[in-house]
Amino acid sequence: MNPQLTRRRFIKGVIASGAVAGTTSLWYAANGQSRPAGAVERMIRLNVNGQDRTVDVAPQETLASTLRYKLGLTGTKLGCNRGECGACTVLVDDVPTYACSVLTHSMKDGRIETVEGLEAPDGTLHPVQQGFVEALSPQCGYCTPGQVMAAVGLLRANPNPTREQAREGLAGNICRCGSYDSYLDGVMRAAEIG
Amino acid sequence: MAYMHIGQDFVPPDVAGKVTGRIKYAEDYTREGMVYARLLTSPIPHARVLEVDDSEALAMDGVFGILRAGDVYPDGEPQSTGLKILTDNPTLVGEPILALAAVDEKTAESAIAALNVTFERLPFVLDPLDSLQEGGPNAYLGGNTFGQQGFTEAKWTTDQVASFRAGNTPAEDLATTGPIPTFVIGDLEAGFAAAEGGYVYEGSFTTAGYPHHSMEPRSAMAYWEDGKLYLHGTSQSLTALANDMAGIIGVAKEDLVFINAATGGGFGQRARANSIPSMAIPAKLSQKLNRPVMMRITREEEFTIGGARQGFQGWIKVGFRPDGIMSACDLFVVSDNGGKGGGADAFSAADCISILYQTEAVRFRGASVGTNTAHRGAQRGPGQNQIAPIIAPIMDAAADALGMSRLDIRVVNSAQTGDVGGPQGTPLTSAYMPEALRQAADDFDWEGRQSRRRQRNGSKVTGLGIGQGYHNAGRSGQDGIVMMGADGRLKIHSGVGNLGTYSYAATSRAAAEALKMPWESCDIVTSRTDNHLPITSPQDGSNSIFTNTRTCYGAAMDMVAKMKEIAAADLGGEPADYDISEERVHQIADSGVGMTYAEVAQRAMELGGRYTGEAELPEDLHEWTQIAASRLAGSAFMGIYHDPAHSNNPPGFTVTCTEIELDLETGKFEILDMVSIGECGTVVHPQGLKNQLVGGAVWGIGLSALEQHLYDPQNGLPASTGYWQSKVPTYLDTPVRIDTGWVDLPDPENPVGARGIGEPSQGSVSAALTAAISDALDGHIFGAAPITTDMIINHISGTREDAVALAQNNYRGV
Ligand code: FES
Ligand code: FES
Repeated sequence: MNPQLTRRRFIKGVIASGAVAGTTSLWYAANGQSRPAGAVERMIRLNVNGQDRTVDVAPQETLASTLRYKLGLTGTKLGCNRGECGACTVLVDDVPTYACSVLTHSMKDGRIETVEGLEAPDGTLHPVQQGFVEALSPQCGYCTPGQVMAAVGLLRANPNPTREQAREGLAGNICRCGSYDSYLDGVMRAAEIG
Repeated sequence: MAYMHIGQDFVPPDVAGKVTGRIKYAEDYTREGMVYARLLTSPIPHARVLEVDDSEALAMDGVFGILRAGDVYPDGEPQSTGLKILTDNPTLVGEPILALAAVDEKTAESAIAALNVTFERLPFVLDPLDSLQEGGPNAYLGGNTFGQQGFTEAKWTTDQVASFRAGNTPAEDLATTGPIPTFVIGDLEAGFAAAEGGYVYEGSFTTAGYPHHSMEPRSAMAYWEDGKLYLHGTSQSLTALANDMAGIIGVAKEDLVFINAATGGGFGQRARANSIPSMAIPAKLSQKLNRPVMMRITREEEFTIGGARQGFQGWIKVGFRPDGIMSACDLFVVSDNGGKGGGADAFSAADCISILYQTEAVRFRGASVGTNTAHRGAQRGPGQNQIAPIIAPIMDAAADALGMSRLDIRVVNSAQTGDVGGPQGTPLTSAYMPEALRQAADDFDWEGRQSRRRQRNGSKVTGLGIGQGYHNAGRSGQDGIVMMGADGRLKIHSGVGNLGTYSYAATSRAAAEALKMPWESCDIVTSRTDNHLPITSPQDGSNSIFTNTRTCYGAAMDMVAKMKEIAAADLGGEPADYDISEERVHQIADSGVGMTYAEVAQRAMELGGRYTGEAELPEDLHEWTQIAASRLAGSAFMGIYHDPAHSNNPPGFTVTCTEIELDLETGKFEILDMVSIGECGTVVHPQGLKNQLVGGAVWGIGLSALEQHLYDPQNGLPASTGYWQSKVPTYLDTPVRIDTGWVDLPDPENPVGARGIGEPSQGSVSAALTAAISDALDGHIFGAAPITTDMIINHISGTREDAVALAQNNYRGV
């Protein structure tokens, strides 16, 4: 093989051979920060944390991008942006959902809740947030908003889970700090607080 | 000793921000006029960039500029291994070659796709033994190792490599190489002679290198204003990292404002500036373009430049006397240094054996060799934790052979106060390993459970394991600053990074303790360096608790001494006639004669000079601290302290017991119970300690059973760039509950008796789990970490354990 090659030729070769290298360009296209040529952007209405928000959304834009970069709701984190970690978990109609892996356009009829929407107007923490504080569940905190939303979703469906059920319920959320035991303590405490 | 704060739980001030999502990480910031940088990273594992034609890219709408290695290294790239900001000589797939800024990321990506880059492809290597073999490829242009002599090329004969791969005893003259020294402690020959009639184990082993995969990708945003650089970044070590980052970027220390309220995990690879030089990219681009620049890092990029543990291919021989004493250990390790040079993990592994088991004679030899795989660097217990799961089943085999209990063989080999360890025979500041072993055994009911050992239940069999972990856990020589204004509140200036351990807050409480102040009257000043923070040691090596309780306590005691001076001068008597309590300084003989802290702070501000940091600062303050102190001088009452260096080794120890049920039909196992005990001196923050124990446990499970590092051997492409492929443990891989406890006996070389714990907590779990797997399989020693399901099934069915290609890391099975 010719020891000299261009990057473009290399990538074409990879694609032609059927191998799939991790590509970031598609990933970033999903951020919807610019309008793809020929595509039509649309103003759509989203229900986020009980408020109707009108937002300009590109066709390929993910909910996580819209929340973080258009609505300023940076509590929703991106750990992988490819459906592996759960850091981006929000509730859509009470169901924990990876916001990095759904398109915002599919959310038009949904009720979206993010970590910013949980506190009472007087600043009282949601029982899950309070349980997590009391158990010192977070370590670095980067996975925490996703863990909080997964736990809120779990407790809405099952207000008194066993520890095993809580473990199953949160299994879609990775914590690289390994604080699982403390998150489970926090969920059990939240169930007590109610 | 009764403490007000030490040993008590509290709510660290950043927890509310974490559960509400309000606390900001680097990528959460935005700034008017901000543009976005994307990276061109190397698509091939080893190359030279011959030419970059950027004319088409730079002509595109919305593109602002490009940053090349030549821009950041005008005098040429450093001739060494180590991560570079950008490079024209990539030594691994994914290494950043250039950065391009545009109005948004999509435009930047499109422009990067329009670059015409010509590479010269160079030979690459994924297995250090392939590189060691004569005629084998070198990972770097200058050779395959880098040490004090610069780049060198280390080669073995084909027969030597084949013999090592086969697990044979390494010849006495087998060349050692690399940046790590070899060493011998004691008389190895005599040690093995003493093991005659006892037990000797000899065998080869492998441990996987695997990525850190911190949850927050190492994104950064930078802008310049009035000659100052504002850098929103990520770091384990706030001031220690900023201090060195200034040099990497080329900005004066006083002109760098590093903003880092929270960091989404580090595990070793965000501790030091040279482990995260990518933060210089937005800083340099911003300077070049005169605009704020955000550089978001993807998971794939985080995999590549975020670091990985060094993998080992090793050989070990261990001798035990008839009474169970480990009399000799001979270790030879070929370490995988990856594409950017690595750490000294193998040296630390041997050092750990000497300390943890108090081995009478230890020899360490090794070869530290580069491969064109991910950057290697310190990862949670680098070396100590790779060797923990290798040694544990050997201890058990010795116990069984010598008719001892598996607990007793550990007790007779354990470190105690007065012991020394390591190649220099360094004294331990204190050590309570026998107590930790007994406490773990009691809490777990180790003896009571022995009847379940290897019991069958259908296709399942029970295994029990006990394991130990060690890491050096404390440093000294750093600085502390506390301030008090006329309101009498204590401001504890902390340069400790907020990486999730809460040690920045826990260590600050040593200052409140010294001043006997209620926590409600104290504020921690941290998060950004223009808050004028003292230097600390990088938050690696489990050192923060020991190091920074010393500095915080010292600064507060300086303030106490100054309070007594002021009170004596104003109210009569000598400073020694005064004491403090309830936020007052008062005469010992008549507590009614005194001043409130608010009054004494007010008086200090009137007096100025040494009371407000305007004169007589401690000698030997670090330059960084001098800058901070000069900016605080005159603003409030100051307590300031430089901690003198101490020389002994403050150890962090852990012990773990576990019970598993292993299914002989599927090779899978479930952890039924686990108890982990910390031995880290006086406990400062129980919830924080518990978190380190359970977090380390999850990491230990990953090391022993799951985490992997795979490369396509044909193209050198990484195959485990994500969480799923690298098999980071999930909730379902870990026990429903992990029980924790601690010995809680004081260390005499720390003012509050404390030592660190973060790293050994992984080692003991990995050791215990590996021992339990071995136990369930009638004592079979795999000599590997991880032990995957495939390996277990292969063992049970009598197939070669590593028969599955790409089974667990970039060399085993390839
Ligand atoms: S960021 Fe969505 S699953 Fe990881
Ligand atoms: S707390 Fe750090 S990733 Fe979960």
